[in-house]
Amino acid sequence: MRLHNYTLLYISIAIFFIIGTWASIFYVQMLDEVYDSIDDNLGNYKLLIVQKASKDSSVLYKADFDESNYSIRKINTPHAHKQKDVYKDTLMYMQNEDDLETVRLLKTVFTLNHSDYYELRIISSMVEEDDLIEDLFYSLIWLYAVLLISIFIVNTFLLKKIWKPFYSLLDQLEGFSLNNNNFLPSKTRVHEFKLLNNAVSELLKKNIELYSSQKQFIENASHELQTPLAISINKLELLAEKNELSETDLYVIGSVIENMQRLTRLNKSLLLLSKIENKQFYEEEQVSISEICTRMQEDFSDLAGFKNISFEYIQHSALSVKMNKGLADMLLSNLIKNAVIHTPAAGSVSVLVDSNSVTIENSGSQALDQQHIFSRFYKNSTDTNSTGLGLAIVKAIADKYGFIITYSFEGKHRIQILF
Amino acid sequence: MKILVIEDEISMKEIIQESLEKEKYIVESAVDYISALDKIVSYEYDCILLDIMLPGGSGLDLLKEMKELDKAGNVIIISAKNSIDDKVAGLNLGADDYLIKPFHIAELTARVKSVLRRKTLNGKNELEIGNVNIQFDDRVAYVNNELLVLNRKEFDVLSYFMVNKNRLINKTSLAEHVWGDFSDQADDFEFIYSQIKNLRKKLKDAHADIEIQAVYGIGYKLIVL
Repeated sequence: MRLHNYTLLYISIAIFFIIGTWASIFYVQMLDEVYDSIDDNLGNYKLLIVQKASKDSSVLYKADFDESNYSIRKINTPHAHKQKDVYKDTLMYMQNEDDLETVRLLKTVFTLNHSDYYELRIISSMVEEDDLIEDLFYSLIWLYAVLLISIFIVNTFLLKKIWKPFYSLLDQLEGFSLNNNNFLPSKTRVHEFKLLNNAVSELLKKNIELYSSQKQFIENASHELQTPLAISINKLELLAEKNELSETDLYVIGSVIENMQRLTRLNKSLLLLSKIENKQFYEEEQVSISEICTRMQEDFSDLAGFKNISFEYIQHSALSVKMNKGLADMLLSNLIKNAVIHTPAAGSVSVLVDSNSVTIENSGSQALDQQHIFSRFYKNSTDTNSTGLGLAIVKAIADKYGFIITYSFEGKHRIQILF
Repeated sequence: MKILVIEDEISMKEIIQESLEKEKYIVESAVDYISALDKIVSYEYDCILLDIMLPGGSGLDLLKEMKELDKAGNVIIISAKNSIDDKVAGLNLGADDYLIKPFHIAELTARVKSVLRRKTLNGKNELEIGNVNIQFDDRVAYVNNELLVLNRKEFDVLSYFMVNKNRLINKTSLAEHVWGDFSDQADDFEFIYSQIKNLRKKLKDAHADIEIQAVYGIGYKLIVL
């Protein structure tokens, strides 16, 4: 849920209860005030009528309300003088409405000479409570809606304005990559956002430093390893050339050399990987993929022929891509080499070049782990001689140029690069 | 033939020296910029092996000095840096070749000999061992003046063996030299073996004086019968 809707949800719930509570209290208070004022009026009337009755006794015989709002009847109730004034709501037929309506009634007892007691009933028209509630209800709904809409508008506007640095920070973070340090938070006057920007900047700076020092370390380490490796291999080669060694000794030396060479390859691959990731291949030109594929087919024809693999190269259309030439070579040779090497004897390899993709298929018995095939040091076979970095290099090159590389298996291994 | 090795890593320098002395070259060495410059100015060399990173200055600067002195020919740059920029700069300054560490001794020998051949044989880029003669530029080989029919790779294998006569050639070194970097997987050695078997047969059928011998566990060696 977006921040915007989230606040709106809570505000609308809160306002609902606030308005509800406020409306109930308001209603009760208002009604109380209305009753109070009507009852005061009725009391006043009572005094006026009693005064009038003491002057004009004909009033005492007005038994019905008729056109006026009071009626009087004589009562012979014992303890009549002890009766108190009663205010109550009652229903009365209204001619204009053709309906029974609520009216306020004051029932009281008075005497003029302390022997005859009269019951006086005075009515006053009342607010129609159901209408009042209805009106109030609709008004409140309108108020609620208008409030929500205005809050929505204000909120939208405010969020856009106030939270702008926040959203720009989010944008920046989404587009952030350790490889290209492009973090530039927008300036803000809001203290909290300033703190946030600073904290994130600081954090990223540390990470970038760590990352680049790590990359630098890998590169330096690989570099520094080259010379001792070279010396060791060459010394062993010279040692092997001396004719003083037995066959067993030679065999041991041979195997040591082989392992050293594995180490060298591993080292070279690591160096290459970190170079690709460090963006050290910045020179770009229009590279003809078709041309490279043709050359690769030639290069691998010996090996393919030896393994009795049928190597097919199909070119649907010429394809050229703007990228570093060395990396283009590396990308395709790694893929084709992999295909040729891992294809069982008498299998088949096919390379298909389309207007925007290269597809390499080779026969194989079972699917590889799609998730890890492009990870560093992923090895499917027990082949100790492979570095496990070939496809990681392929992936690094693809990532560098934003190519999409996919692996699938349908009776054949199939790797496709979309340029 | 006099060769100067400019390399600050003592062990590396010793290896190169030892290996080249086996080929009967006179080898001198320098371990830093100043002593190297001193030797270059004072003496003439048929080939100079030059490390890029030297104490006291860059090998590329040294190359510039050599160019000024008109002595930049026959230089092979040896570098731990597989950098295209350095390579281009070096070759532009007149260096003949660029070799990346680590390299195989056989590869170094082949490169040095290639440079020396170009310098000394007046354009006749060929090599003769026994009754076998190979012409590098035309990429053809003769046994007893008769053409030996070889495919592209077989020629590369033979020429690599010829320039490394009597030297032990590591099978990886051979694979890298002939088939390039891709040949770094285990079952390729079988593949190399099959190629060499074919070459051996062709040499034998042509009654060549040379033979490629297998050295158990390591590789091969070309010997003169």
